[in-house]
Amino acid sequence: MTQTWIILGATSAMARAFIRLNAEKGASFVLCGRDVADMEVTAADAIARGSETAEVMAIDVRDPLTFGPVIERAKSITGTINCAVFVGTMPEQDEIDADPSLIDGTITDSFTGPARFLTLLAPILEQREQGQIVGVSSVAGDRGRLGNYVYGAAKAGFTTYLSGLRNRLGRSGVHVMTVKPGPVDTSMTWGKQMPAMTTPEAVARDIDRGLRKGRNVIYTALIWWPIMTVIKLIPEPVFKKLSF
Amino acid sequence: MLWKTEEYSGWGRALTATGERARPERLRDLSAEAPAQGNRRSYGDAPLNTDGKVIDTTRLDRICSFDSATGVIEVEAGCTIATLARVFAPKGWLPAVMPGTGFATVGGCIANDVHGKNHHNLGSFGQHVLEITLITADGPRQITPDDDAIWQATIGGLGQTGIIARAKLQMTPVKGDVMMVTERRAEGWDEHLALLDNSQATYCVGWIDATATGDALGRGIVEEAEVAAGLVPKPKPAKKVPFDAPGFALSSPIVKLFNQLYYRRVPASGRSSVKPIDDFFFPLDKIHDWNRLYGKRGFHQFQCVVPVAQAPALKDMLSLIAGSGLASPLAVLKRMGDGRGGYLSFPMEGYTLAVDFPNRTAAAPLVEKLIDMTAAAGGRIYFAKDSVAKPEHVAPMYPELDDWRQAVAASDPSGAFETDLTRRLNLRSSQ
Repeated sequence: MTQTWIILGATSAMARAFIRLNAEKGASFVLCGRDVADMEVTAADAIARGSETAEVMAIDVRDPLTFGPVIERAKSITGTINCAVFVGTMPEQDEIDADPSLIDGTITDSFTGPARFLTLLAPILEQREQGQIVGVSSVAGDRGRLGNYVYGAAKAGFTTYLSGLRNRLGRSGVHVMTVKPGPVDTSMTWGKQMPAMTTPEAVARDIDRGLRKGRNVIYTALIWWPIMTVIKLIPEPVFKKLSF
Repeated sequence: MLWKTEEYSGWGRALTATGERARPERLRDLSAEAPAQGNRRSYGDAPLNTDGKVIDTTRLDRICSFDSATGVIEVEAGCTIATLARVFAPKGWLPAVMPGTGFATVGGCIANDVHGKNHHNLGSFGQHVLEITLITADGPRQITPDDDAIWQATIGGLGQTGIIARAKLQMTPVKGDVMMVTERRAEGWDEHLALLDNSQATYCVGWIDATATGDALGRGIVEEAEVAAGLVPKPKPAKKVPFDAPGFALSSPIVKLFNQLYYRRVPASGRSSVKPIDDFFFPLDKIHDWNRLYGKRGFHQFQCVVPVAQAPALKDMLSLIAGSGLASPLAVLKRMGDGRGGYLSFPMEGYTLAVDFPNRTAAAPLVEKLIDMTAAAGGRIYFAKDSVAKPEHVAPMYPELDDWRQAVAASDPSGAFETDLTRRLNLRSSQ
């Protein structure tokens, strides 16, 4: 049966790596994002690598009116519908401190926008009783810290949303997997000194493996699972004095 | 574009640069403000720009179109040769020319007009390029082989005419995705040349034991191969060299011993085997970061080509190398045809020899001596490998240098794409 992946945020480096990996397995795609010209090249790349179809739809997670056509398109997909969400923005915390209105956009891009989209899509998968949803959250959502707590708060919200969605959709045989990447070597992190960096290709492989094993939550790189386990255990009186 | 300042090097690691690098992920972010670099598989300073900027194109690596009837593809410049081989061999097509590493990008293959183990049959990489999207200060432009000067200045042109953003390539049809490989021992120089000269195979290359002296001088193994259909076991996952090896790892006695064993691994009667495509074309890619085996000082590679009649001069060079105690196991001898795509393309009809030397004190003077001998033999050296030559060496080797200079000056009047290599060899100006 044809696997079709609806990709939200198809211009991101992680999304591209994930699309490639699945294109070579023959999956079809509906690529969604703002930069249509860029996504058209990614769609051509997917077809050259083995996808039967790869279409492009303009969507802006800040504009829910753009969701409708994608949801309508999803209804007419034959075979299994899957969805992977790669959207999110991470302004510097000091930019946010200077302009608090950036908070709204950050929360929309990383949490409420994709949550709203998935809430519209969920009934379709629920009704078909099959499919997989991959939500890319972040280790930053595991604990609020000095450097990026607005982004962290948005991702924490998204993580919790995905947990609830998993609880709901699991009942009808739809699997929801939460992905928590640490720093990934993309344009978002270029020029920043960050620990335990992984690559978009490694993230895509980890997602693929996680889906095959039916995992609920994965960390990528894996080292972030023990790191975050420890960080989550640090008592708040101590944690509030730390800066990392 | 986002920029970060860091130290980086080419594959040989003997030369380094510190400067700003950007790595755009979208085509429209590419701008003509700095030279491009790919996966930095050139050995010397071709991809370096000390105190300046460079644009890494490795994230612009998509396949933009593929015509299964004609084998014509269009790709972004950062797409690697290994990707193309992996994706298209099962569909019956391979890049017509594949260099010795699959990590090379299409942009890099064009800018260095690379050759492969089939050069005697199909010529150089640039001869199979149909169209290039070039980004200059005036914006993007499409060029084809009909655009005489700018085309010939771009193929093998070291990125000096503009940033190669996309290219259309004609692939070659293949019967399958495995290689039938025949290996034969060549006991000495004359036999080695004879085997290379008489080969009828599509792909042919000689490994040479650059430590052998006396009657054994020039001994090696000649590999011939054809693409075939069939099943082979999946290649093993690549290994990685985790740290810089100590200096003695490639000392003379160890290399001598290794080469002995490597030579004797092929039975005297020769042998045939079936290999995955990557194992034949990119044997070293299975060991990621193998350049670290040379230690943190890095290494030099010398590669020259000399006309057929100058084979004795090449033998003299090999003799000098074997006597130096500096040679590494990586040494290659190949018969080249006359195919070349641009003004500064390396290939000429003759024999090409490539040898690696660990970057010890005596290495650079030895390479310089070899460059002098190449010049005296009417041959030329390869910019993709060089880190030692001087301006006076290269001008006589490249008779079309002035044509190149004119075309480059027209396309990049401000010198935005100059690199450490073009400055070291004074390629852009005739002063």
